[in-house]
Amino acid sequence: MLGTTVILAFRAINRHKLRSFLTTLGIIIGVAAVVTMVTLGNGATAAVREQISSLGANVLQLRPGQGFGRGGGGPRPPDFKQADLAVIENQLTGVRAVAPMVQSSGTAIYEGSNWSTTVYGTTAAYFEVQSWKADTGRLFMPEEEEAGKPVCIIGNTVRTNLFQGNDPVGKRMRIKGVSCQVIGALATRGQGGFGDQDDVVVMPIKFVQRRFTGDRDISQIMVAVDDAYDTSTVQASLEELMRERRKVKPGAEDNFNVFDTKQISDTLTGTTTILTQIVAAVAAISLLVGGIGIMNIMLVSVTERTREIGIRLAIGAVAREVLMQFLVEAIVLSCLGGLIGLLLALIASIAIAPLMQVPFIFDVKVNAIAFLFSAAIGVVFGYFPARRAAALNPIDALRHE
Amino acid sequence: MPSDPIISLRGVTKIYGSGPTAFQALKGIDLDIAQGDFVAVMGPSGSGKSTTMNILGCLDVPSGGEFLFKGRHVETLDRDQRALLRRRYLGFVFQGFNLLSRTTALENVELPLLYRGEDKKARYDSGMAALDKVGLKDWWDHTPAELSGGQQQRVAIARAIVTQPDVLLADEPTGNLDSERSIEIMELLTDLNRNSGITVLMVTHEPDMAAYARTIVHFKDGHVERIEEGVSA
Repeated sequence: MLGTTVILAFRAINRHKLRSFLTTLGIIIGVAAVVTMVTLGNGATAAVREQISSLGANVLQLRPGQGFGRGGGGPRPPDFKQADLAVIENQLTGVRAVAPMVQSSGTAIYEGSNWSTTVYGTTAAYFEVQSWKADTGRLFMPEEEEAGKPVCIIGNTVRTNLFQGNDPVGKRMRIKGVSCQVIGALATRGQGGFGDQDDVVVMPIKFVQRRFTGDRDISQIMVAVDDAYDTSTVQASLEELMRERRKVKPGAEDNFNVFDTKQISDTLTGTTTILTQIVAAVAAISLLVGGIGIMNIMLVSVTERTREIGIRLAIGAVAREVLMQFLVEAIVLSCLGGLIGLLLALIASIAIAPLMQVPFIFDVKVNAIAFLFSAAIGVVFGYFPARRAAALNPIDALRHE
Repeated sequence: MPSDPIISLRGVTKIYGSGPTAFQALKGIDLDIAQGDFVAVMGPSGSGKSTTMNILGCLDVPSGGEFLFKGRHVETLDRDQRALLRRRYLGFVFQGFNLLSRTTALENVELPLLYRGEDKKARYDSGMAALDKVGLKDWWDHTPAELSGGQQQRVAIARAIVTQPDVLLADEPTGNLDSERSIEIMELLTDLNRNSGITVLMVTHEPDMAAYARTIVHFKDGHVERIEEGVSA
């Protein structure tokens, strides 16, 4: 009996190609839309996570003033001094590395090319704090740091724009009108929370202070917390230490701030989670719309099919056999549509992900849920109208117009 | 010639609906149909002839009375048992042909054999033989849309006889055909009745068509009004 109904089901699908196609189309669109959207949404979330982790884990950023760029009225809070750095290094427990930093922006020139970029003045500890390695060449030597020699380490964006494919190590380039020797090029980090992290030239802090900023102040101190210590404890000790150093009166507001990169990561992760949920909601709606499309086609074909059911019953088919045929038809069409939808989603995701600069992540769960849901709609709406028709008296089914 | 009754109706009633809107379509039918007979059922619309045919075709059940088919009580059978009875013993021809669209003549004819579980070879042989009998062997791969009304009805007849049924039920088989095609169909039915021994039950309202039958049963107001026997010999 199953053999017969399978033959009949495939015959019916083959004979009503348009109807079969429209039925599967609803499922194809539903599945493809959902899976593509969720896959890309997951990719975007992963990309944001990746950027967050590239900020460096367990890093405290110490800056003068409160928050970002909140100057407001009154005297500008003082920058940090070299002594502050020494105190943090020597007195604070749970510190893995401490790096001072000053920033300046300017144009880098090499032969005919020039590129506007940011100059970081810091020490070799900066690369340790950031867990950042040289792709080629080397990092600063202690004597270079000490003397503030004109050496620089360039980020990948600068390297690409100034040196194209050539090896930059050992070359001399000009930065803000000063000649310096390239001693290393950094590994790619990609887009960070604050723009292109690879668009940077790193130089010894003493050189930058002497030639560019003109004083010995340190605008930012980065503290990498040892994995064995709790970041918030170290943060509290650091705040206490700085209040003491900067002579902040009890009860007065800090004239500096300590920023835990984990806070950004928590905030951004929360945001992307909401984004993913929105994407999933949109996807669910498109799945529903696809489902309604399937229902429409199924219900429209019921009239035609009711007569067919009448014919089959009259010539001696048992209701069970007719229903089994319709069930097989619905399962075949729904599963076929589901598989094509998954395939389209796969192709679309692989094609679109690079354009959106997000990784392609294949999520078995999403694929399975979309497939099962749409297949279930197809089967239910293919089967139940048929069941109603098969329950009719064959004569009434034959007369159905 | 007619021998034992293959079909017996005893006091068969049929009531549609219930309560004050109930309508009694059959008010106690007694009818015997002999094996090998060719019976035309006539009567004005609403006389109960179609209801009777549906009951005789095991498509519908009587509300009361007895219906014996080959000595078996059909009124006690359930849906599936009646479907199996139709599959085994009955063939149907409808006024509207009721062929499956986009399906070739041969596949339409083979359909009842498929439900009987016969294999491909047997289906093909029996299907082609049935098409040959109705003179459409060369049209086996045509779909209903490519066939004339008369040809479609002949395919429907081939489908009805492919299982070699005991009884062929025809509900206004010539109702949608012109007189020339109607005569072809009636001659085909007569031939099947005489030479293949199939009992034919036919509803018609055309006396010309009824004249092909051996027995004519006249219905009126839910009763059998009269029976003419030996119409054509």
